[in-house]
Amino acid sequence: MKNILNFFLLLIIFLSNTLISHAAENSKKLLNPDWGFKGFFGTFDKASLQRGYQVYTEVCSACHSIKYLNYRNLGEPGGPEFSKEQVKIIASQFEVTDGPNSDGDMFTRPARPSDNFVSPYANKQAAIAANGGAYPPDMSVLVKARSGGADYVYSLLVGYEDPPTEINLDDGVYYNKYMPGNKIKMANPLSDGLVEYVDGTEATTNQMAIDVVTFLAWTAEPHMEARHKMGFKAILYLIILTILVYFGMKKVWSRIETEV
Amino acid sequence: MSDQSYTPNSKFGKWFNDRLPLLTLSKHLQDYPTPKNLNYWWTFGGILTFCLIAQIVTGLILAMHYVAHADMAFASVEHIMRNVNYGWLIRYVHANGASMFFLAVYIHIFRSLYYGSYKSPREIIWILGMIIYLLMMMAAFMGYVLPWGQMSFWGATVITNLFSAIPIVGESITTWLWGGYSVGNPTLTRFFSLHYLIPFLILGLVVLHIWALHVPGNNNPIGIELKKPSKDTVPFHPYIVIKDLFALLIFLIIFAFFVFYSPNILGHADNYIEANPMVTPAHIVPEWYLLPFYAILRSVPDKLFGVIAMFSSLIVLVALPWLDTSKVRSAIFRPLYKQFYWFLVADVIILGYMGAMPAEGTYLLIARVATTYYFIHFLIILPVLGYKEKTIDVPLSIAEPVLGGSVDPSLTKSKTKKI
Repeated sequence: MKNILNFFLLLIIFLSNTLISHAAENSKKLLNPDWGFKGFFGTFDKASLQRGYQVYTEVCSACHSIKYLNYRNLGEPGGPEFSKEQVKIIASQFEVTDGPNSDGDMFTRPARPSDNFVSPYANKQAAIAANGGAYPPDMSVLVKARSGGADYVYSLLVGYEDPPTEINLDDGVYYNKYMPGNKIKMANPLSDGLVEYVDGTEATTNQMAIDVVTFLAWTAEPHMEARHKMGFKAILYLIILTILVYFGMKKVWSRIETEV
Repeated sequence: MSDQSYTPNSKFGKWFNDRLPLLTLSKHLQDYPTPKNLNYWWTFGGILTFCLIAQIVTGLILAMHYVAHADMAFASVEHIMRNVNYGWLIRYVHANGASMFFLAVYIHIFRSLYYGSYKSPREIIWILGMIIYLLMMMAAFMGYVLPWGQMSFWGATVITNLFSAIPIVGESITTWLWGGYSVGNPTLTRFFSLHYLIPFLILGLVVLHIWALHVPGNNNPIGIELKKPSKDTVPFHPYIVIKDLFALLIFLIIFAFFVFYSPNILGHADNYIEANPMVTPAHIVPEWYLLPFYAILRSVPDKLFGVIAMFSSLIVLVALPWLDTSKVRSAIFRPLYKQFYWFLVADVIILGYMGAMPAEGTYLLIARVATTYYFIHFLIILPVLGYKEKTIDVPLSIAEPVLGGSVDPSLTKSKTKKI
């Protein structure tokens, strides 16, 4: 029995090491802030999510879409948990195209909570054209789409520096020590005091980076809290059941002169 | 089989059983004499059955919400993750279920290799198993394409391109597979259709696999033929049922850990980027369970011969019952084979690791050595070993290993308990 468990443990360690080491290649060791949403009981810090939403709307959303998120998600459990009224107000600040109406015309109306987040550009081509040939990726699953996850996105946000003298950068290209290849087409998006937080928190670059990455981690996994809670219950249930079955098995096999 | 003459007690039971002997079958499954010394490596058959059913059930539900269209597949997966009730759970169980399925099948296969379960009279069981394994790889590969992320798209491109290595007709075959001149919507829809079909083929083959197993009965750690039923065997129910259940529960705890706490660790981050034919990912890697074959493929410089080497690595497995010339089944009584067995395990793990690394420099060299050794193991070492190896005497029964031969009792006892 012990051997089987050891074997599984080794296998898991081996697999995760392979994947992690593979993922981490050709980039600097990522910064690793103390995320509250990692681990067995990880939950999102609601205040941080709300601040992160503010950073996204005031800074990132100028170029980046989150097309798979709905405004209603902002009020759902496990997320920023804005109140129903707040969600309605937030949604109504955006304009969506709807239609066709009974005359066959498209029209615009304020967004409702059931609408998807409004994208900054009409389509991908428009986004590329407006950003000097680089496509600002959709942020819906961005944290899951980068090896290193939240650590990587955070490191990137605070990883801008002046390029070493031997590197010449073209116009519109910036140096970032965590970007694979070190060249990035996004200008440093954050600077101290860039946003004025509603809750009065001091908006340092680091604080904004933490908040917006927390928000993006939630965006990528809106059901993470539910998953962690259910996982705890499921595994606890399985362990108890396993123990009961173990003793049942011992009892049944005691009729035979063989160990199990 | 001793239970052929079974007659049900009730009148209706008898009437029904005379027309369709389901009750006889059920009685046979209950009484099926199983060696009592089976260790926990033998529980993976049951675990695999569970995995197959779990994949089919979760897959059915996913198919209700998934849209097999190049423009909508990625969005529909996000729809499942976000808006479908417990869609995230279903999808993560299905995605990690594939990995757990392969984990279990590799243990199952290597158990068979260690204890010589593929040898006469169980060759058909082994070959059916190999066909199931091949179908599993096809199903898994096509399933990985369905979310239509970057790895889906480029993985599909690399694998389907392998067929273009076939002389003369290669290009036409590839075009035929794609349904066009590159991987696109027709490729996605046909992969979805086949991904839905294959599990049911596997299910049918599993029935045959178990049927073929029930003719000679289970092999066992000692690897000797048993009289059935005898004091060396126990009825399948309740003894094996509860033991398999216990092992399955432990397996499920590990499964649940992946699903709930690191559901994406076995996948590749790039697959959360929607497929883009204009952008090639830095490294195109298949899922972990296909990596050893990927390493073999890439270790041959010529594309055609690489493909041949990859398929040969599977064909030697099918031919294994005839390549292994030793009459002794279990590695417990084969001191040399036991060592080569562990070399092979290490070799396959090394191949898997090299499959994840870029094919250049030292990695490529190691992959080539490992590929060569893989074939040497099956084509040279195993046939020769059967003649050269001095095996330890095999006991005559499980109950009395001491009386059966000159075996040191502690040898069989401690080994079977430990392994």
